Amino acid sequence: MTGLTPRRDDFAADLEAEALTGKARSLTGDALARFLRNKAAMVSVVMLTLLILAALIGPYLLPFNYEEPDWAAFRVPPSWESGHYLGTDQNGRDLMARVLYGTRVSLAVALIATLVSVIIGVFYGAVSGYLGGRTDMAMMRFVDIMYALPYILFVILLMVIFGRNVYLLFAAIGALEWLTMARIVRGQTLSIKEREFVEAARAAGQTPFKIIRKHIIPNLAGPVVIYAALTVPEIIATESFLSYLGFGVQEPLTSLGTLIAEGTEVFEILPWLLLGPGFFLVTLLLSLLFIGDGLRDAFDPKDR
Amino acid sequence: MFSYAFKRLLSTIPVLWIAVTLAFFVLRLAPGGPFDGERPLPPAILKNLAAHYNLDKPLVEQYLIYVGNVLQGDLGPSFVNEDFSVTEQLMIGVPYTFTVASLAIVLAVIIGVAAGSIGAIYQNKLPDYMIGFVILTGLVLPNFLVAPILQLVFGVKLGWLPVAGWGNGALRNLVLPVIVLTLPHAARISRLMRGSIIEVMNANYIRTARAKGIGPRLTVMRHAIKPALMPVVSYLGPAASYLLTGSLVVETVFGLPGIGKYFITAALNRDYGMVLGTVIFYMVLIIILNLLVDVAYAFLDPKVRTR
Amino acid sequence: MNQILKSTFAAGALALLLAGSASAVTLNMHNGGDPTSLDPHKLSGDWENRIAGDIFEGLVTEDAGANPVPGQAESWTVSDDKTVYTFKLRDGISWSDGKPVTASDFLFAFQRLFDPKNAAEYAYLQFTIKNAAAINEGKITDMAQLGVKAIDDKTLEITLEQPSPYFIGALTHYTGYPLPKHVIDAKGADWVKIENIVTNGAYKPTEWVPGSHVLAVKNDKYYGAAGVKIDAVKFVTLEDNAAALKQYRAGEFDILTDFPKDQYQWIQENLPGQAHVVPFAGLYYYVINSTKPPFDNANVRKALSMAVNREVIGPQILGTGELPAYSWVPPGMSGYGDPVMVDWKDLSYGDKVAEAKKLLAEAGITPEKPLKAQLRYNTNDNHKRIAVAIASMWKPLGIDIELYNTETKVHYDEMQRGLLEIGRAGWLADYNDADNFLSLLKTGIEHNYGKWSNADFDKLIEDGNKEQDQAKRAELFHKAEKIALDNTAAIPIYYYLSENIVSPKIKGFQDNAFDIHRTRWLEKTE
Repeated sequence: MTGLTPRRDDFAADLEAEALTGKARSLTGDALARFLRNKAAMVSVVMLTLLILAALIGPYLLPFNYEEPDWAAFRVPPSWESGHYLGTDQNGRDLMARVLYGTRVSLAVALIATLVSVIIGVFYGAVSGYLGGRTDMAMMRFVDIMYALPYILFVILLMVIFGRNVYLLFAAIGALEWLTMARIVRGQTLSIKEREFVEAARAAGQTPFKIIRKHIIPNLAGPVVIYAALTVPEIIATESFLSYLGFGVQEPLTSLGTLIAEGTEVFEILPWLLLGPGFFLVTLLLSLLFIGDGLRDAFDPKDR
Repeated sequence: MFSYAFKRLLSTIPVLWIAVTLAFFVLRLAPGGPFDGERPLPPAILKNLAAHYNLDKPLVEQYLIYVGNVLQGDLGPSFVNEDFSVTEQLMIGVPYTFTVASLAIVLAVIIGVAAGSIGAIYQNKLPDYMIGFVILTGLVLPNFLVAPILQLVFGVKLGWLPVAGWGNGALRNLVLPVIVLTLPHAARISRLMRGSIIEVMNANYIRTARAKGIGPRLTVMRHAIKPALMPVVSYLGPAASYLLTGSLVVETVFGLPGIGKYFITAALNRDYGMVLGTVIFYMVLIIILNLLVDVAYAFLDPKVRTR
Repeated sequence: MNQILKSTFAAGALALLLAGSASAVTLNMHNGGDPTSLDPHKLSGDWENRIAGDIFEGLVTEDAGANPVPGQAESWTVSDDKTVYTFKLRDGISWSDGKPVTASDFLFAFQRLFDPKNAAEYAYLQFTIKNAAAINEGKITDMAQLGVKAIDDKTLEITLEQPSPYFIGALTHYTGYPLPKHVIDAKGADWVKIENIVTNGAYKPTEWVPGSHVLAVKNDKYYGAAGVKIDAVKFVTLEDNAAALKQYRAGEFDILTDFPKDQYQWIQENLPGQAHVVPFAGLYYYVINSTKPPFDNANVRKALSMAVNREVIGPQILGTGELPAYSWVPPGMSGYGDPVMVDWKDLSYGDKVAEAKKLLAEAGITPEKPLKAQLRYNTNDNHKRIAVAIASMWKPLGIDIELYNTETKVHYDEMQRGLLEIGRAGWLADYNDADNFLSLLKTGIEHNYGKWSNADFDKLIEDGNKEQDQAKRAELFHKAEKIALDNTAAIPIYYYLSENIVSPKIKGFQDNAFDIHRTRWLEKTE
């Protein structure tokens, strides 16, 4: 599960870089410069890096681990002396250790699921939108069918077929999210394919696959990056919802969403159980969103 | 346009059929049945129940019976609310859900488009950051957290609004659930809108407008909003279907008699009739919403119409 | 469809009228789940029982303390061999449409209950009635052989298979309610629709919005109507008990039938005297698969049971103070006296762990050579917490637990199919008798998930149920309980509590071990 989140940014950058292929490559440098000038995005990069480091290294520095109860300390509020910096839960487990562990799990969920949804969604949507006609119709009808089947049913079945596996859950969530991505990409493609440069490429006799790859996908980058960044909170929420229904991460493992769902139940009486994970989740998601925005603004393929 | 719409409607019939068939058989693969529970039933009683609901017949025969009934407009019995058929339950719940969902979507579009446009005009300036921060917080906080907090503040502490309950549809009772449903969608729409306006603003015709000396605010309002709505419209289809069917948390926390909960609980309860009912309902809904989205596309971008 | 809406609106208008009149008192009750049906033969949950028991009444009914008292029957006699009961119906009892309730309505209801075609889930509760089981299983098709006879309009005779000390208590259950034969004959399955339904209890349902509420208003035809002080009851569906507590605090509910356990301390401090937390005739326990090595070794099971620190679970993990369970039968079952306790109950926890370690070491399980085992529970926050805690109690002994939670449907399906090593279960008494708990461990019964089997135990239960002398019966049952405990047939963990919150406005709410509080005994003062 280590080092997954930085790759997410690499992916976004790759996508953008691809967007620039065939055009002035020197733009990448300019874009980077623009990105570095974006204060919100830069603050977010710093915060995200800190979070990732904390999630990766933090657990080894704590005196408690995420699963063993401290039999002397049930439901204690945060305190410096006891070493429970974020307090303990109803099972006497150190919340700091659980939050850091939960952050790891949530980051991994978000990364895998977003990757799956972006890759499938972009190609599917672009092909469907570009080819149009019957192919488009058939492909979109398939999306409709997938939409219509209750995904809880799929989750239940996948559990039966493959057993309990966290990674499977991530893939399942990604396989759920690509539908919306595909629909957005198709909508954009319908519009882009009428543009002059696509018509020019068609006139020049390029194959549909090449046109999609060289001209359509690069121009989709904006909405895709933003939607991917928007998908992350969705996925983290879906994950916690599935955990809440009992299909998620198995105890004693946990995730930020699960911790927040548990903390919500007791926020009046044991507020630290919500505030700790809540701070981590909000910081994580806001950072991701501002970085998403920053990237979009910076790598916009059109000069401004 | 009409013949196009008609063709699309026709093409959905096989889709509907495939989805129902898939769901029917997939459902039976899942372990556990509608009568498993805290108290195991003696085998004789289980046998009686199975016979009563035709569950003892071969699966294919059950399927044919079901499809036959559906063709006659009967979605069959539900195992959870036995006094109402699946059709009745859906029909009773739809008006409640529709009320809440349509209020939420209208509110989300208004807030989202406004906030997104302002964000785009003042791109990377203070108003952009402030709106971004506020609206993103709405996106980031899960609804199962927002709902109880609103209940505590406005219901218990301030006593302005009822904590929960349908209250025979009184507006007071709708305020909190609608807010909870609106927040994430307003946030998402504002993000899409902001990005899309910035993109449009770079298009040649906008530059021409700007070159003519029209200010950024006027340019956005006159020329950019309409074309920039495309991704928002794309998003509205799924958002509307999500609002109509994915409101389990809001319905559970606020005790609303809508249909959103069936989409999750029916599968969990192995309520076979209700699961298939929700599949059919969802399909019909998606088909209608997609048609609406396509029509909206055609309206917003004349080039699509020429297809 | 239209009809339903119309009747819903008509009923709503009626409710508004009621609410408008100054004297109308409505009890707002948080009822948890959505009722499956208003038909007493289709129910299975306590939230359904709350509604059914307010709108129907059997031969015998519950008083404010849930003790059986004469209901629709004013008296009864029992034959010398204690197998034939003759009930004399009360004068002036009638259905809410004014038709009299007769012995044939009871006969009709029992026949319908056992008719396999109607597939009543809970029919087995009345299997003490002669030939009931055989009819329900389809072995006898002639309904005339059922041990229920309507001698005349006012007299009902019920014959049992064998004497049963809990039969009168079981008649308070909703499977013993009469049904309006004249309505069912006329309307068929639609009799239960809100516009058709006719009931004989203190209330009659007038409005039902699935997922929202059932409204029942006072039934003027009820024989005791003069003493009924609350005019209407609104049974509200709301599964989220945290939201329900907030509604209660805002004055939207008068009674909560459940609340989040974590909030107990807060409630005691901020709503003093309003939480009614009392022992409930129920047991929370873990079953162990006794057919699977090493759990077929009784010492391994015993070690697992000894290492559970029960004293921590109620007060610390759950926060509501559930009492630790060291017996199989919860205390307070009628005619049973004090249940048998495990003989190591009073050891200190340290000694228990030491002994458990020794037993496990003999079986070759040590922290160096740990045993991997799976602990199953159905998805629920409290089950999760207890499982996490117990797993960490077992860990130092060399038991490496993998926690495995599934949805309720899968959990019980797989437990019944024996796909478990250790699994969570619970039981709430159906009727006030130790047999109800002890028979969970009988050989071959579907509730016996761990497939524990002991011939002596089975024999003692069988003999006990034939024994007519209450004291001797209790003695046989005590012996059986001891065998089960000595063999660690399962791991009892805690006795359930019933957890209500009752507004100070409500008078007449009596705590009892069955958590049954019929609205007709309550009063609401402003």
